[in-house]
Amino acid sequence: MPKIKIAENTVQLIREICTKYGNEEGELINVLHNVQDKLGYLPAEVQEVIARELNIPVARIYGVVTFYSFFSMLPKGEHPISVCMGTACYVRGSEQVLEEFKRQLKIDVGQTTPDGKFSLGSLRCVGACGLAPVVMVGEKVYGRVSPQQVRKILSDYIIGCPHSES
Amino acid sequence: MTTNTSYPLKRVDFIFLNENDWKQILSKTLKRDKQEIINCLMSSELKGRGGAGFPTGLKWKLTSDSEADEKFVICNADEGEPGTFKDREILSQVPQKVLTAMAVCAYVIGASKGFIYLRGEYKFLQHALTNAINEFEHYCEDIGFHFQTSIFMGSGAYICGEETALFDSMEGKRGEPRNKPPYPTSFGYLGKPTVVNNVETLAHAFTIFKYGAKKFRDLGVQYSRGTKLFSVSGDTPTPGIFELELGMTLQDFVEEFGDGDTKAVQVGGASGFLVPRKRFSETAIGYQGRLTGISLPTGGSMMLFNSTRSMYNVLHNYLDFFREESCGQCTPCRVGCQQLLAGIEAVKRGEKHSSYLEKLLKLSETMQLTAKCGLGQSVANSFASIVENFWEEMVF
Repeated sequence: MPKIKIAENTVQLIREICTKYGNEEGELINVLHNVQDKLGYLPAEVQEVIARELNIPVARIYGVVTFYSFFSMLPKGEHPISVCMGTACYVRGSEQVLEEFKRQLKIDVGQTTPDGKFSLGSLRCVGACGLAPVVMVGEKVYGRVSPQQVRKILSDYIIGCPHSES
Repeated sequence: MTTNTSYPLKRVDFIFLNENDWKQILSKTLKRDKQEIINCLMSSELKGRGGAGFPTGLKWKLTSDSEADEKFVICNADEGEPGTFKDREILSQVPQKVLTAMAVCAYVIGASKGFIYLRGEYKFLQHALTNAINEFEHYCEDIGFHFQTSIFMGSGAYICGEETALFDSMEGKRGEPRNKPPYPTSFGYLGKPTVVNNVETLAHAFTIFKYGAKKFRDLGVQYSRGTKLFSVSGDTPTPGIFELELGMTLQDFVEEFGDGDTKAVQVGGASGFLVPRKRFSETAIGYQGRLTGISLPTGGSMMLFNSTRSMYNVLHNYLDFFREESCGQCTPCRVGCQQLLAGIEAVKRGEKHSSYLEKLLKLSETMQLTAKCGLGQSVANSFASIVENFWEEMVF
């Protein structure tokens, strides 16, 4: 892995989180959740620091980070957008909704817009199947979304952009 | 349509009926003899409501019989089956019922620590749930019962709902299922005897402690006693969560929840079965045994599809889901899921003859026999039931 220096205060922050969990190997997932909450993502250098603190091989951490869909090695946008691809949403047209987001934002799933504002992802069933199809922007849930509403949803997050249409 | 025996839909209201009497039920139950509580659960015939249907009383008994210096109670709230959303409602509306049942379980098996393994997507529940836990622990202290509960946040892996993968995940590892035996009742979290119960199972246990085993057992039918929460979604005018008596036929169900044009119902989510219209009247929802025909266990997901839906798309979605969520540990599941998906795509594009579906069916059978855990084994359920019943839609 390339050695990129990360800021000393970031290293300190990671150390503090590890200490909070007793530097215990078994707490790895809690540590990762916490670090990602603070930094937004878990790049390789961050994993190396955690490996040193918990005294485990960095490969084990990499294995865990890539296993769980909640952990990301890439930075997410300011407003992460997730389109539910669970079956109920899928049959009610979430794929078209996802396509519309791709078209509007000009990015693919897993990518972030150049201005860092939005990132796009798909997820599996948020447990709101009665509201299918469902889109999440950050922690906010939008139900019964149609492709036509995509523009309106995005405009909620673009300051200065008038609420166009409908 | 004729129904041989009629078990009309019976709505019941136990789980979400909140009389705020958990303190009273908890104190009362903790005074009972441990063996008597186990007997009570056994005679209620409560079975695991996560979908597998293991008798809850027996699980508690086996764990109670295991000797160890430490034991654990885990509430499985990793509700990830597509189309299931009952646990999130239980935890947001009546968390105290679940905590009460966990505490009683801890008392019976001799544990002092409990965990709620909360699905990552339900992070929004964490705050309210933590408050409920604090209030609960406070009361336990007051009555001199030592029991602590913490929440463990999942990280977005369907497989972690499998109990042994859940342990590994809690231990800070990749959530990969272990070999069984040893079973969790003797070797679970951190290698200690552990009870893992679904959220709904615990909520039903509360009902049983409150009203007694008989009231619960009197509901439902033979082998499938009591009530069950159903998460209804898809093409229905009334999506939502409904508590129903077990044992109804799918015919009764569709008459109540369908939109008049229901062509098939997927029972039990991606790992469940698809039932086509012609089988509605002979299919009962329960655990075992025969009512009017086959009987399907379910985690409670009921997804209705009307005639505008392509079953190829539905199957494609399931297989894509399984391919994504397979932990990759064993070959039948890792490669099998990929091949099934690539296979139906090839048939649809006309690159393979429709007889290739026969081969894929054999492959799914092999997965059922050889995959290490429930995920890989159950891919064949939806695959075979969709392909066999909607062959034409797979090809054309």
